[in-house]
Amino acid sequence: MMAKFIKTIQTSKVAQIILFFVYVLVTTTALSTSQKSVISFLLLLLSLLILYYMNLGNKLKWIIALLILGVILPLSASQGDSYQAYMEVATMVGIYVCMALGLNIVVGLAGLLDLGFVAFFAVGAYTYGIFASAQANNFMPFGSYPLSGKSFWIFIIIGLFVAALFGVLLGIPVLRVKGDYLAIVTLGFGEIIRIVFNNLDKPVNITNGAMGLASIRQPEIFGITLSQPNQFYYVVLLMFIIVIYAVTRMEHTKLGRSWKAVRENEIAAQAMGIPLVKTKLTAFAIGASFSGMMGVVFAAKQMFIDPTSFTYLESTTILVMVILGGMGSVPGVILGAAVVTILNLQVLTELTGWLSQVTTIPDALSPAKMQRLIFGALLIIMTLYRPQGLIPAKNKQFNAKKLKESTAEKQ
Amino acid sequence: MNVLEVKGLTKSFGGLVANSNIDMSVEKNSITAVIGPNGAGKTTFFNMITGVYKPTSGDILLGGEPIGGLKPHAVAKRGISRTFQNIRLFNEVTVLENVMVGMHNHLRGSLIGTLLQLPKSKREEEKAMKEAYRLLEYVGLSEFLNEKASNLSYGAQRRLEIARALATRPSILLLDEPAAGMNPKETKLLTDLIKDMCEKYDLTIILIEHDMKLVMEISKHIIVLDHGEKIAEGGPEDIRSNPKVIEAYLGKGAVSLG
Repeated sequence: MMAKFIKTIQTSKVAQIILFFVYVLVTTTALSTSQKSVISFLLLLLSLLILYYMNLGNKLKWIIALLILGVILPLSASQGDSYQAYMEVATMVGIYVCMALGLNIVVGLAGLLDLGFVAFFAVGAYTYGIFASAQANNFMPFGSYPLSGKSFWIFIIIGLFVAALFGVLLGIPVLRVKGDYLAIVTLGFGEIIRIVFNNLDKPVNITNGAMGLASIRQPEIFGITLSQPNQFYYVVLLMFIIVIYAVTRMEHTKLGRSWKAVRENEIAAQAMGIPLVKTKLTAFAIGASFSGMMGVVFAAKQMFIDPTSFTYLESTTILVMVILGGMGSVPGVILGAAVVTILNLQVLTELTGWLSQVTTIPDALSPAKMQRLIFGALLIIMTLYRPQGLIPAKNKQFNAKKLKESTAEKQ
Repeated sequence: MNVLEVKGLTKSFGGLVANSNIDMSVEKNSITAVIGPNGAGKTTFFNMITGVYKPTSGDILLGGEPIGGLKPHAVAKRGISRTFQNIRLFNEVTVLENVMVGMHNHLRGSLIGTLLQLPKSKREEEKAMKEAYRLLEYVGLSEFLNEKASNLSYGAQRRLEIARALATRPSILLLDEPAAGMNPKETKLLTDLIKDMCEKYDLTIILIEHDMKLVMEISKHIIVLDHGEKIAEGGPEDIRSNPKVIEAYLGKGAVSLG
């Protein structure tokens, strides 16, 4: 009886859709009716993973996913008190997903281990932060600062290009080394950027040093100032769509193939006419540009940035997202980024809150403080039991029949 | 007409001279074999022609133009492609995409066109796919198009390397021990394939090979290296009876005994 039921679900599209619909409905209702409903919020997000595994066309899946993300999730979360808290988490997930997708190009596709990826995030954040706060008055000979919130939209593009430029600048000296050595040099670069930002308050005050940049202007569109997480959520959602579109397009074209070729075998790739340095630099630049873009959003959302937001731990966290999800796998990396961010921002803090209510635990033992321990354990478990990640990378499957017909015609 | 000319090519690694003063001229559309005992410097010779190593001294002229010291990708762009002694495929990538990588220099693949999904870019990609498939059919691997390259059998991997090299549309193809590890039946198929593609794709082929049956059957011209030096060259018949060659392979005294 049970087996037959499962079989029906596996084969019938209609059954799948109905079940999925019921699932979304139940989690949505739970989310909108109960006050504290972290679990239903997470279950609703889980529906996207279920959707990924459903036997539907790609276009339909995207439409449903965007419907859930764009309408159902914000709408049902808006009923409770913790609306903004949920949207804050969802926004951070979006930011990290985009960054992880950028790192995935460098590490997953081009096979270049980068341990200083957060540097590009910092570059993007500071690019906006300096000019959208009074900071730029300290060294700019012309213009008056802060720039208005309208400039945010242009700064997304500027942040993209500045980060890409830094990617190239880093790449030129660094790409002479490979493997472990590359990892060490990029780690160094990440730290250098942070320390430079930390000390660039003398002789000319550019970054305001360890004090950080405060009261960064919030974005403005059609006269509305974006200040709440639910507003930023839509900005991030839009960027997510752009990033994912770009990534999936690039992966299966000349550029994506040359990255994979370089990853698999440098000598053979060169013999096929692929210029090694240029290909690696493009990977660095494009990966960095995503990160820079998100840096701009981050600065605008936080309104305050300082060098401590861009430590080595951040780079590792993004790398963990990529490795956990599956190197080179776009759905995997999205899942990895979501899991790590939610674990970080929601599950661990909720757990800490709950534990402190039930029992009295010393502060040092609270789950929120054990972030590194948990990530470390997670990484060890993954490398031992599932090195290919949660959703392993899949190769594009070509339609053999169609290709066969096309060649038969020609002859 | 000589399509490739090598003059006084020398490569030394520190004190070790791997290739010393090698001359070679290769006629268009011919098949040339480079043979010699293990460690004679054959692969080093290939690596210099394809740009993997920079020659210590000497010239390599492709159609009269010097290509010595160019980067491998630049050499590939000028129409020299190769396969490797120890197979170097893109293992985690599908068989069809392996071949498509070979078309790198013949695709525009502009970033803007890719991102905007311009019809031109789509058409180009479609065309590349079909061409790659046709090459797979040619080497007899079309049924494996969606397999990972590492899942192929040894002989099939060697053929895939050839298909990938052909995808660069070379004028000169260098095959480094194409028959290594193949059984006699596979070697026979390979021999026919080499002969056929030389004509079909208007190729000049230079190959390193230890299988003397294959070498004698298909090559028009043979160059023998030993200890980094060219000790003999000529047609198959001359090489077979050349005492220096026999000595290099079998040792001193072998000639008088035979």
